[in-house]
Amino acid sequence: MENNWYMLTVIGKDRPGIVAGITTELYKEGCYLGEASMIRLGGDFTIMMMVQYDGNEQALENCLNPVAHKMSLHLHLDKIKGKLHDHRTPDVSITVYGADKSGIVAKVATELSGAGLDIFNLESIVGGSKEKPIYIMQMEGHADKGIDILKQKIEKLTSKEIEVHLEIIDTMLG
Amino acid sequence: MLEVLTIPDPRLKEISAPVEEFNAELRLFIAELEETMRASPGGVGIAASQVGSLQRIVIVDVSSKPDITHHGRLVLVNPEILAWEGMAKGREGCLSVPDYTGNVIRAKKIGLSAFDEYGKPVSYECEGYEARAIQHEVDHLDGILFLDRLVSRRTDLYKR
Repeated sequence: MENNWYMLTVIGKDRPGIVAGITTELYKEGCYLGEASMIRLGGDFTIMMMVQYDGNEQALENCLNPVAHKMSLHLHLDKIKGKLHDHRTPDVSITVYGADKSGIVAKVATELSGAGLDIFNLESIVGGSKEKPIYIMQMEGHADKGIDILKQKIEKLTSKEIEVHLEIIDTMLG
Repeated sequence: MLEVLTIPDPRLKEISAPVEEFNAELRLFIAELEETMRASPGGVGIAASQVGSLQRIVIVDVSSKPDITHHGRLVLVNPEILAWEGMAKGREGCLSVPDYTGNVIRAKKIGLSAFDEYGKPVSYECEGYEARAIQHEVDHLDGILFLDRLVSRRTDLYKR
């Protein structure tokens, strides 16, 4: 069972009880849960969750199908290696915000990736109003080529339209 | 070298008692505690409760960090934080919580009084990284872990 990991993806219209419904079925089936990201995006609720399970993919799907059907959720399973206890510590936090415009993520991500940024997590939100949407993105990662080159790139990215800020994450271990 | 307790060891949630006698036995324990802290890669602080000794003792030494204000090696017995100023979010990890780091809000500057390992009263004004380390360690003496003070990555940005 040790290496029998799946990544379970769940998507559906947000409603109370999705997390409880899914995790209860997994528990009853004898699954062990690993790391997960669960978040409401727009009006949908999304789950990406590591699941360790003794049986095969079909059996796992069969155990989840009734609750998925009841709550109108889409499921997807991928076989993964499922490596735990192997976290990298981020050393930078970067915030980007500005008027919502197509291409903003691609531009920022491409430039920062070129400057050595390895993104560990990224969250973004479209805020503001319907008439004046604003895009806010926050990410954490590691500056593989050093922080200076990333800072230089960020200075160039910051314009009238977008603000990009870098904050060093200096972890205190006590 | 002493064994560092990790969660969910219940001793990490206990309140430690003040030290009453400053003797050779205390100094021997402090030396072992310091050795344990220095043997932990990246560790800049430790509290006695982290090795299962429920006495109000912490050690902090952030001098390995470049370009920060600090007081070098600090042995703080019966520490009392008396003044707090400002607030800052920063990333913390803990020898007692392996493989996890999280954001915590701490005072930027603190004023504290304590005793050294010989029983001499000492007082310090600390800021930034050193102040963060001391607040983290003093929390241990009250059974508080950084996990009890976590703030969401999103909180500072999205909170209205």
